[in-house]
Amino acid sequence: MTEKKALLIDVSLCVGCNACQAGCKVEHKLPEGEEKHLSLTAFTALSEHNGMFVRHMCQHCDVPTCVSVCPVGAFTKTPEGPVLYDANKCIGCRYCMQACPFHVPRYEWRSTKPGIQKCDFCAPRVSRGIQTACAESCPTGATKFGGRDELLLEAAGRIAAEPSKYVPKIYGKEDVGGTSMLYISHVPFEQLGFDTRLGKTPMPLLTMSALSKVPNVVSVGSVLLAGIWWITNRRAEVQDHEGPHGSDSTTQKRD
Amino acid sequence: MKSFTLPRITVWRVIATLLIVAGSIAAFLRFTQGLGATTNLTDEFPWGLWIGFDFLGIGLAAAGFTIVAAVHLFHAKDYEPIVRPALLTAFIGYLLVVLVLVIDLGRPDHFWHPLVMWNPHSVMFEITWCVILYTTVLSIEFAPIVLEKFNWHAPIKWIHTFSLPFMILGVLLSTLHQSSFGSLYLIVPNRLHALWYSPLLPVLFFISCIASGLSMVVLETLILSRNGRTLLPPTLRANLAKIIAVALAVYLVVRFQDLLSRGGLADLTTLSYHSIAFYAEIVIGFIVPFIMLMFTQVRTSRRGLFIATVMVLAGFAANRMNTAITGLESWPNHTYFPSVGEVLIMLGIAAVGFSAFSIIAGYLPIFEAEAENPAPNAPWIHHHFASPEEAE
Repeated sequence: MTEKKALLIDVSLCVGCNACQAGCKVEHKLPEGEEKHLSLTAFTALSEHNGMFVRHMCQHCDVPTCVSVCPVGAFTKTPEGPVLYDANKCIGCRYCMQACPFHVPRYEWRSTKPGIQKCDFCAPRVSRGIQTACAESCPTGATKFGGRDELLLEAAGRIAAEPSKYVPKIYGKEDVGGTSMLYISHVPFEQLGFDTRLGKTPMPLLTMSALSKVPNVVSVGSVLLAGIWWITNRRAEVQDHEGPHGSDSTTQKRD
Repeated sequence: MKSFTLPRITVWRVIATLLIVAGSIAAFLRFTQGLGATTNLTDEFPWGLWIGFDFLGIGLAAAGFTIVAAVHLFHAKDYEPIVRPALLTAFIGYLLVVLVLVIDLGRPDHFWHPLVMWNPHSVMFEITWCVILYTTVLSIEFAPIVLEKFNWHAPIKWIHTFSLPFMILGVLLSTLHQSSFGSLYLIVPNRLHALWYSPLLPVLFFISCIASGLSMVVLETLILSRNGRTLLPPTLRANLAKIIAVALAVYLVVRFQDLLSRGGLADLTTLSYHSIAFYAEIVIGFIVPFIMLMFTQVRTSRRGLFIATVMVLAGFAANRMNTAITGLESWPNHTYFPSVGEVLIMLGIAAVGFSAFSIIAGYLPIFEAEAENPAPNAPWIHHHFASPEEAE
């Protein structure tokens, strides 16, 4: 079985040098230049919060919202972790952008044949067992590539070793059902722009609670409607048969 | 038979023509320049006016399935005269929504992909299939009207033999995707404002579409009953209004009970961007028309019914636009306002809808088919004429 991969991002080690973005841009042949926000040419970006830096990119969720909402299945979750996008399938409904809990997908609005752009977790490299370009570029070890299970152990170990320094939480361990991007931090995550109210339930389950009722609506509904038709039709037939001399003098049926 | 004459030029026709021309130009620009150049949609606001318009069109088209269910499944045969106008409304509504969806899609050339690339976990996938299937059902339900025009009674009989399962299918498909438009937003609890987000969104969308669909029917009978023609006797119209009042009441109870249970009422104690939008929607579009429709005087008066149903439709539109736009905004930093192109395309398509209705209604036997040309081979077409409307 393929081992699930992950990135461990230690906010306390990040110095904001932006080497991760530069490395990513080289790997994906994107135009050079520092960018502060995710864009069509920046699949990872650093945001600054009171002198601390946080990487933002696709979290490669274990139960990805984009995979579930896409009507044509243009997104796939690979066993190693990367969530991949296929522009050849995409119809451009943009439900993924609307639904992504981390506001990640970026759209080629200027194109007449637009698609989504986002971090691909360096899937071609990862499948060959090579670490991601951003992890390779990071000079301080703030971004570390590895197996998800071993990185979770390491994160817990770092927190346990310095409990006074770290916030006792690994962001991404359980949030929205778990993600491939794991964060630990020395300041509360709320102060770093993280959405900490997403909960542990994977978003697609919210939809499934409604979609799972579709078969019931169809089966119960069709029997119910057919039954109503049968009863009301019978009533109309009886009225027709009894005609104007029937017991129900209020009937106005003429047909 | 009338001899061929040039169409008369009226103010409405001029306006409709201008809107259609402007909309066509805007649509041409959208396809040649892309979405970015012609809309105000952004990465943060990927859905805008057009999605709201889709919700609206589908909601008004609910006229079709509600009346078909009432007349053909529940045998409320007195309402037969409005089946055809309601079917035409629904048919045009769905075709226009499909048109808007194709314009809205980033890759219109891939619009057929959901037919062969399946993802049953997606609400969007379910909606796509329901809309396609229901439009097919509508065309089967509508076909006899066209066939009758050309006096082809054999296929009408043939269609009638399997019409019951199709009518049941039509009602089920409508139920499913009317509610699924609400389900679209179940997955964004973190984005949609608590005044509109609810696990009951699909239920609320379904209840409100019954109110809006029937309001559309009542409004149509009021507008089309002019010039000496009476589509529906006032008593039956008043009965429909009663059902609308019941739907509004059920909606209000479910909506407020849900808000109460989730603690959403706290958002209503202060006046904010969102609470004002909520009050406007609920008071003007639901509470006031509900109270109005409780009175017999309103239900039996043309003017009263006209005002009440217009308010229901406005409230319905506000609810859908608030869910699709306002509820996702965070005032004042993160807002969306449609571009001129988006508005022109929407108005142009609405003008296409109104024009199509009036042209088709003038050409096909939508209103008085049975009166002029009773179809001898089609006994299932009920020869039921509306009694002349009493003076009001």
